[in-house]
Formats: sequence, structure tokens, C-alpha cells
Amino acid sequence: MFGAVLLIGLTLIAITGLLSYAAYDPRLAGNDLTPEKGVLGFYLFDWPTHPVWLYRLSQAVHVILGVTLVPVLLAKLWSVIPKLFDWPPARSPAQALERMSLLLLVGGAVFEFVTGILNIQLFYVFPFFYPAHLYGAWIFLAAFVVHVAFKLPRMVSALRSRSFRRELRTGLGDTRPEPPDPDGLVAVCPGEPTVSRRGLLGFVGGASLTLFGLSVGQTMDGPLRRTALLAPHGREYGPGPNDFQVNKTAAAKGITARDAGPGWALELVGLRRMRLSRPDLLAMPLYTYDLPIACVEGWSTRQRWTGVRLADLARLAGATPGIDEVFVESLERGGVFGHVTLSARQVADRASLLALRVNGADLSLDHGFPARIMVPNAPGVHNTKWVTRLSFRPARP
Amino acid sequence: MNARSPSRIRAVRRRIATTVRRWIAAHHGGDLRRLPGAVCRRIAAHYGADPLHLLALLACFALAGYAASRVVAAGIWVGFAVWFIGSAIVHDLVLYPLYALADVAVQRRPWARRRPGPHVRWRPWINYLRVPAGLSGLLLLVWFPLILRQSEETYRKAVGLDTSPYLGRWLLVTGVLFAGSALAYALRLRSAASARRGPRLRHRPERPRRE
Repeated sequence: MFGAVLLIGLTLIAITGLLSYAAYDPRLAGNDLTPEKGVLGFYLFDWPTHPVWLYRLSQAVHVILGVTLVPVLLAKLWSVIPKLFDWPPARSPAQALERMSLLLLVGGAVFEFVTGILNIQLFYVFPFFYPAHLYGAWIFLAAFVVHVAFKLPRMVSALRSRSFRRELRTGLGDTRPEPPDPDGLVAVCPGEPTVSRRGLLGFVGGASLTLFGLSVGQTMDGPLRRTALLAPHGREYGPGPNDFQVNKTAAAKGITARDAGPGWALELVGLRRMRLSRPDLLAMPLYTYDLPIACVEGWSTRQRWTGVRLADLARLAGATPGIDEVFVESLERGGVFGHVTLSARQVADRASLLALRVNGADLSLDHGFPARIMVPNAPGVHNTKWVTRLSFRPARP
Repeated sequence: MNARSPSRIRAVRRRIATTVRRWIAAHHGGDLRRLPGAVCRRIAAHYGADPLHLLALLACFALAGYAASRVVAAGIWVGFAVWFIGSAIVHDLVLYPLYALADVAVQRRPWARRRPGPHVRWRPWINYLRVPAGLSGLLLLVWFPLILRQSEETYRKAVGLDTSPYLGRWLLVTGVLFAGSALAYALRLRSAASARRGPRLRHRPERPRRE
């Protein structure tokens, strides 16, 4: 049962994890700083700009489903613990090899859960999250696929051995020990049962629901956001137009009011070079779109952004929307996300903005004043804040 | 009776062949008959499983090994190996002993008062303790960096707020869980008590009225 849930759940988490890797457009210069990635840093497709909620959904699934599956993973490990003390450790080379793959399976699964869950809480006890989570995922997936191939028939026969409905009607009084199984997981001399099978399922399911219910709010807007009592990014800032989730403050990146003051100007680089002050930008045609910010850490929020189209800025610099990509640089000091390359498709989208205002007010300094990128469906960290320079250049084919 | 008649010999041979086939089927998943050649059979006999089993595992180790080589190339292998192996044993050798010991300790109740007497029957109560304690412990396990303010500095730099509300929220949820469980246990006791009393009340003959 737990195996079946994990089979579906971990598959979804793996797919959304790979999608998140693709969302960073790793082919474009400076976007993927994973060292020595080799063929694991493969590139499948340009990340689309529509539907605008795709990354919001896929990353919410990746993170919230991951948190939700913690009890199921623990229950699964609990249910197979007798295998750890199997003696002799292997009766044949086949068994020895399979147990080595189980080390990769269990180690990989817990490693991915631990690094992911600590990372979303900004608890950086390991200085290498991105490459470790990526490479750990591949190690886990290798063992996961093989484990599923070996154990799927076993899982199906185990599920068929009992009627799910009958178990749901069986209380503690009628709970009997499992008959001996070929894997030797069943206790030889079980004690008196203290919980029924439905009780155990209810416990694990209830634990999953508790974790889910207390964290899913950070992916929502409106009153439901307040339900995210135990989630890192479901915080309330206040009622103002700029009072929504921040995940990189100006102070942390060394941005002062002076940097963003009247002396600021946006530098456009292309066939032509020019500098545009904030009043220059505000004098250009402005467009307003409701777009989500969706963070790789699993939180998201939709706000109303107003700004200049990136395509209009591209034309000003003598570039061609749809052909040229843009290298965005921020005033940020330090950190690896002070710059990003946006694809030609992202530059050309009508809703891709250099945002100047949000919810009808000027951006606050923490939200990227004087100007920030807002690209539909892009990972939040690509919506660069405190933009100082846009360099348009032809996209590599 | 002629024990050496050809039909008898054929029957014995057939029986031996069937036994061998059954033995192979029982020990090698039954798939061997479909695999050609004695090589497969010899591999299987030495290896202990279907050759496909070996191929699948080799593919697994090839991919995992490649990913591991990237970890080495990236220069993070020491930390990676420590965390990876730690992850493989953290549940089985740390968490499991902890919660198993806690469970045993609570059920033995060395500190408990003596029961009031054999006439008082307790309803099974252990799950009314396990469930709230388990859920609360799980929430702490998942969110301890927030609850115990372990990532205060990086969190404040990123979010602009501090993590002070989380301890209170966790305690609140824990309180609600235990209160809910206590309430459920009380209701259970009550319904059990009324179930014991119920039939007697119903079957009690009506008192004759005095005029």
C-alpha cells in the first residue's frame, strides 16, 4: 500500500523535479551553474511562457507533495526494517547486488527528502544544494526504477491478497497477524496487535494530511494562505500593495536606497546602447498583467504587475523579439542569481515585462525597485530584481 | 514385472525432467525456460537469479556510478557521501530505535499508579497517545529548522521576517492534537460506558405504579 503510494508520488516528484531543471533553461549562458554536470545536464526544450501557472503548479507539486509523502516514506521504511537485520546478509551474488541497490534506494530517497526539506527552510547546513539534489536524484532514480521493476509483481500480489474494503471494515478486535511471506518480512512471533491495518493507514494518511494542510497554503492566494502555519513562505506582511512574500531582501544583497535612487538608469545593450531613467521607462507604453511568482522552494503568489514590455525594450536596443535573447544583470552584490539569460521566446512574450509597479503602487525596494523582470511561467529567481543592464544578443540555434 | 521396459524408463526420465524444470522454475522465477542456451542457465545457477536481474542492476549501477562521478568531479564528494550514507541509516539506526523505545517505555508505564482494581477496565488508550505524539513529532522532524530557529540568519536575510512565530504555531498544533485526542478518548469511554449500561436500562421491567 505504502509502496503503491510512493510509486505514484515519487514518480510525480521526479517528473516535476526534472521539469524544474528544464524551467531554468539550463542551456542558456549562466543559468545552470551545476559544476561538471556532463550528460546529466541535458537540455530538452525551451521552457514555455504559457500556461502562466505551469511552473507554479509543477513546483507546488514537487515541494508540497514531497512534504506530504514524508510519513509514507517513514512508514515504508518502518515496514521493511526487518530486512536490515537479515542474516546472512546475502545468500547469492544476486541478493548481494540487489541489497547494494537498496542502499542507493534508501540513501537516495532520504537524502533527497532531507536536502529538499532543509533547503526550503533556508537551513543551509550543506553548501552544495543544487548539484547534490540533482546528482542525488539521479542516483535515487537509477535504484528506484530497478526496484520497481523487481518488486512490482510482489506489490500487485500483496495488494490483491486483501480486499481494501474489507480491511477498512476490520477493527482491532478482528485484526490477525500477516501469514508468513516469501520475503521474510512478517514477524515470526508477533505480539498482540495494538492497531488495526485501517488504523495504521489512517495514522499515516492523517499525518500526510496534517503536513499537507499546514503547508499547502503557501502556494495559494487569498484567505487560504493563512492556513500555512508550518510552511516557510506563507507569511503575512500586511495589507499594502507590496505586502506579499519576499525571498531575497534588498539588505541581504547590499542594495541601498541610493543605488535605487534618482541616479539609477537602465542600460540597454544591443545594436544600440542607451540609458533609460525610471521616468523615461514610465513614459513608454505600459502594460498590466496578473502573473504569479513561483519559487523553486514551492511557494507562489499572483500579483498585478505593470511595466514596459521586454519586446519594446529589445526593439529600442535594435534587437528583434523572437530572435534575440537577453542577458539580465542586477545591482545585487554576491550570490549566483544576480544575472540570468532569458530565451528569445521569453523576450518575445507579450506578458514579459520590466515591471515598475505592482498592484497599482511603485515596487518596494524589497520587491526590486526601481525595476524588475516579470516573465510568465518563469521560475521566481529568474524574475531578476534591481535590474541595471539588459544585453540583447542573438540566441544560439 | 519388468522394471527395465522402455516405457518405464521413459516415464522415469519424464519425471526427472519435470522435477528439474520445477526446481528451476521455483528458484529462478520460471523465466529460464524461455531463455536460450546453457550459458544463461550457468549464469543463473552461479548468480542466483535471472540474467535480466543482473542486467537491470548493472544498468542501475552504471547510471548511479556516472552520477557519483559527477559528484566527485564537482568536488563535493566528501560532504555528499557523508550525507548520503547518513541518510541511508538515519531512519533505521536513529529514528526507529527512538520511536520504538518511546513506544515500549510508554506502554510499560513504569511511573503509572497502580490500577484502581480488577473491576476497572481501561479502554485501549495507547493509540490516543501515539497519534498526537507521532503527528507532533513528525511536524517537529520536518520543520525543526523553523521551529527551533536554526536558520534564523539566512531566513531573515531572505524573507525579511524572523522565524519566531513557528515555535508557538507548533505548540498550538500540538496542543490541539492532544486535546482532540483526549476528547476522542473521553467520548469513546462514554459511549463504551453507555453501551454497557444501555441494554440493562432498556430491559429493566417497569416499576408497578402505586395508586
